[in-house]
Amino acid sequence: MSGYFEINDLRVGFRTYEGEKQVLNIEHISIDRGETFGLVGESGAGKTVLALAILNLLPAASAIIYNGEICLEGENLLTKTQEEMREIYRGKRISMIFQDPMSTLNPVFTVGQQLGKVLQHHRGLKGKELVSKSIDALEMVKLPDASSILNKYPHELSGGQRQRVIIAIALSCDAEFLIADEPTRNLDVTIQAGILKLIDELQRNLNISVLFIANNMGLVNVTCKNIGILYNGKLVETGPSHQLINHHTHPYTEALISAIPRSKEEKLKFASAIIRPEVAGGCPYYSRCAQAIEVCTQKNPILQPISGTHQVACFLAYRGEQ
Amino acid sequence: MIKFTLRRLLLGLIVLFGVVLITFILTRVVPSDPAAKWAGLRATPEQIELARIQLGLDKPIYVQFIRYMTDLLNGNLGHSFRTRQPILSDLQSRLPATLELVIISSLFAILVGIPLGVVSASNKGKLPDHFSRLFSVGVVSLPTFWIGLILQLVFYRILGILPIGGRVSLETTLFMDIPTITGFITLDALFAGNFTVFFDAVWHLILPGFTIGMYPIGLVARMTRSALLEILNEDYITAARSYGLPERTVLWSYALKNSVGPTSTVVALSIGYTLVNTFLVEAIFAWPGIGSYIATAVTGLDYPAIMGVTIVSTVAYVILNLVADIVVALDPRVRV
Amino acid sequence: MKQLDAFLFTLKPRIRETRQSLYFYNRNRLQKISLIVVGIMVLIAIFAPIISPFPEHFRLGNNPSDKLLPPSGQYLFGTDELGRDIFSRVLYGTRISLSTAVIAVAAALIVGVPLGAIAGTVGGLTDEIIMRITDVFLSFPPLLLAIAIAAFLGPSLKNAILAIVIAWWPWYTRLIRGQAVSVRERQFVRSARSIGTPMSKIIFSHVLPNTMAPVIVQASMDLGGVILTIASLSFLGLGAQAPMPDWGLMISTSRTYFLNAWWYSTFPGIAIFISVLVFNIIGDGIREVLDPKTRKF
Repeated sequence: MSGYFEINDLRVGFRTYEGEKQVLNIEHISIDRGETFGLVGESGAGKTVLALAILNLLPAASAIIYNGEICLEGENLLTKTQEEMREIYRGKRISMIFQDPMSTLNPVFTVGQQLGKVLQHHRGLKGKELVSKSIDALEMVKLPDASSILNKYPHELSGGQRQRVIIAIALSCDAEFLIADEPTRNLDVTIQAGILKLIDELQRNLNISVLFIANNMGLVNVTCKNIGILYNGKLVETGPSHQLINHHTHPYTEALISAIPRSKEEKLKFASAIIRPEVAGGCPYYSRCAQAIEVCTQKNPILQPISGTHQVACFLAYRGEQ
Repeated sequence: MIKFTLRRLLLGLIVLFGVVLITFILTRVVPSDPAAKWAGLRATPEQIELARIQLGLDKPIYVQFIRYMTDLLNGNLGHSFRTRQPILSDLQSRLPATLELVIISSLFAILVGIPLGVVSASNKGKLPDHFSRLFSVGVVSLPTFWIGLILQLVFYRILGILPIGGRVSLETTLFMDIPTITGFITLDALFAGNFTVFFDAVWHLILPGFTIGMYPIGLVARMTRSALLEILNEDYITAARSYGLPERTVLWSYALKNSVGPTSTVVALSIGYTLVNTFLVEAIFAWPGIGSYIATAVTGLDYPAIMGVTIVSTVAYVILNLVADIVVALDPRVRV
Repeated sequence: MKQLDAFLFTLKPRIRETRQSLYFYNRNRLQKISLIVVGIMVLIAIFAPIISPFPEHFRLGNNPSDKLLPPSGQYLFGTDELGRDIFSRVLYGTRISLSTAVIAVAAALIVGVPLGAIAGTVGGLTDEIIMRITDVFLSFPPLLLAIAIAAFLGPSLKNAILAIVIAWWPWYTRLIRGQAVSVRERQFVRSARSIGTPMSKIIFSHVLPNTMAPVIVQASMDLGGVILTIASLSFLGLGAQAPMPDWGLMISTSRTYFLNAWWYSTFPGIAIFISVLVFNIIGDGIREVLDPKTRKF
């Protein structure tokens, strides 16, 4: 049974000085057309690796894909050549927004030049048409005074403006699937809300699917239909968002939710303050889990369904204990 | 931007003053007596004294320095011990020949070195990269004067296809009228429509130009490669690829433009090396340029000539670096 | 000596890091070969009198009948115009090249590094003065300053080395100063200064260990550069003087004969090429090891 976008049994690793290291082990993710999926995890959990893997942009020399498939409408992207990815997918069907707006834009070209290159390549536009389409793209991301922005260099814009420009470039060629890799990570809090709202609006107006990658729950709880929690490269809980938030089962999910600033009493109730040495062969979250039991040091839990599409990888959850 | 240029110019002037000071100190360090040298081998003590007064060596040292500086500012570099001519006119007549070589070898460096560096960086770790790297490192290890000799051996002595030296062949000098407008034989011949002379001159440019150009090719290739490698690791390159832009555009347009800064510094540096390498190579190829002039000056210990060439080359080098700095500052990111 | 202790202490984690990188370095065959070649060269330099078939030829030549002979079983690289065995002279030349390279680079480091470290760390007027002086020296096209100095001091090997040191030290000064300036703004230096650490200790234990890397890379490549420069100076008649078996000098003398005696120019040139090449390769390798560690990635 294959849906619009699916990831199955994906295992990715890297070659380092100390040997090979596995960084991603994802059993299953599926996203429908027009759906926003939130992937939450902390730094180093492998979220960006996943994003790059989808577009086949991992460094060829050091990245290893052990097995798995990433399917868009049934086509496994991992089997495509770079040529095919370039021609068919990148920019045209799948597009990506990166974390750091300053480093994502080429500092020696103006906004117009960078936007123009992409439009020119994908749609063959030139001259006046190119300019007007560029202005359209910038207006779509609610940038005022679009025509003067076209002539500015990235360092002349504010952080929020830059991120909007990047969204404009990413969506300029009618991609149907957007990967947003922590798009608000490097922005001030007040600006964050604006970008989130923008992405949400665009998603609804253009009916695109969005894989929204974040490092805290507060960013995904409202806009996402389904959420996946990534810890150390492994999916530890996934399911419909309201289910996850109100009936969370994995200790890490609890920790994430409790970290959302709320009323004084509820604050940090489930926050984990434990740090133990890791146990090989056991659950990867063992070292921080406040509720660990014996079996957690012996076996590595896999995703099991609890109710409906809500799945979790935790021995406590299996037994219905909290 | 203008403020930056002015500031750099001012700095350049201070530096030039320092250069003049150092060269002056050098001229006074010689173990032998310049007056004796000027007067000649068979001069009498009175003639040497006369020479001393002529050269102004009897005055106190600071007076000498002031005179030295004013002379320089007037374009008077003194007279060569050997040719007895004003050094400036000696240099002027020889400049075009050397410039031809410098231009040819710089062109070599840029046209071969940069693409080599780009190919090397984009194929990092693979065969083309290893070859280019070995080539670059090999080429900068070759002694220029030696490679000139070897090339002469191979192409002139053994294969007999290229001339051993000179700017034009003997027949051309004897039988043809070499036009002299700019002093660049190649350009002059073109202007005059005399293609025989033109081809002859170009033919003679090949060996010396290539000899001098080898080192800069290696230098430019290595620098381009390392600059590009850093750039290719940047986020905006990954982003550009994620938009589906073809690799060709990503490399040659996106990445390369970011490397203009370090590249122009290297090009300036390699032109500087070219300048000095001509000193070694011109003598080998009997090329009547500034290089052979200084080579003879050095062997004959013709101090004023050595000094004159040093000052002129240094001034040229300082100007070159100034231009390179300005080009780097044109980068929109650089806040000046 | 407290400063030395502090300096060595900061080296410990560096040494561990270096051991990790050395493991990586050793996997590169080209580097290993280059190191072996350098080792061979050092051995040749030390044992030249024993290995050369004609050890007396490094200076004298009294076989005019054997002049300009092509390579043979007896004279591996042929003979020169005075009947001397070129093979033996090339072997002896290793002594000159290696010793001058090491002396020149070491001297330039001893002069340039402290100046640069002081300029970069202390800043202010000291920095300005030192850097202006450095700039003046750096304005000369490379090699030209060495030629001019060597010419004016009088042609001899000693003066050539002196000329090179005078022309070379500013590069290290500028290099270290640039590094020192960026290091001095970093937290650990700032905090050291704020609690009143004396300048000398700051320079020794904080600034120097963090700035040495590019200098080490540069110095190892400069070993090759100096060999090339000495050869060029000798070629022009400014360095080694006859009858020294300097490679550059041999090539210079060979010019009169080489069209008919190809061996005369070829072998000394190959010697120069190989020695410069291996030092460049080693320098490159050291840079690959040291640089990524010092860069923020």
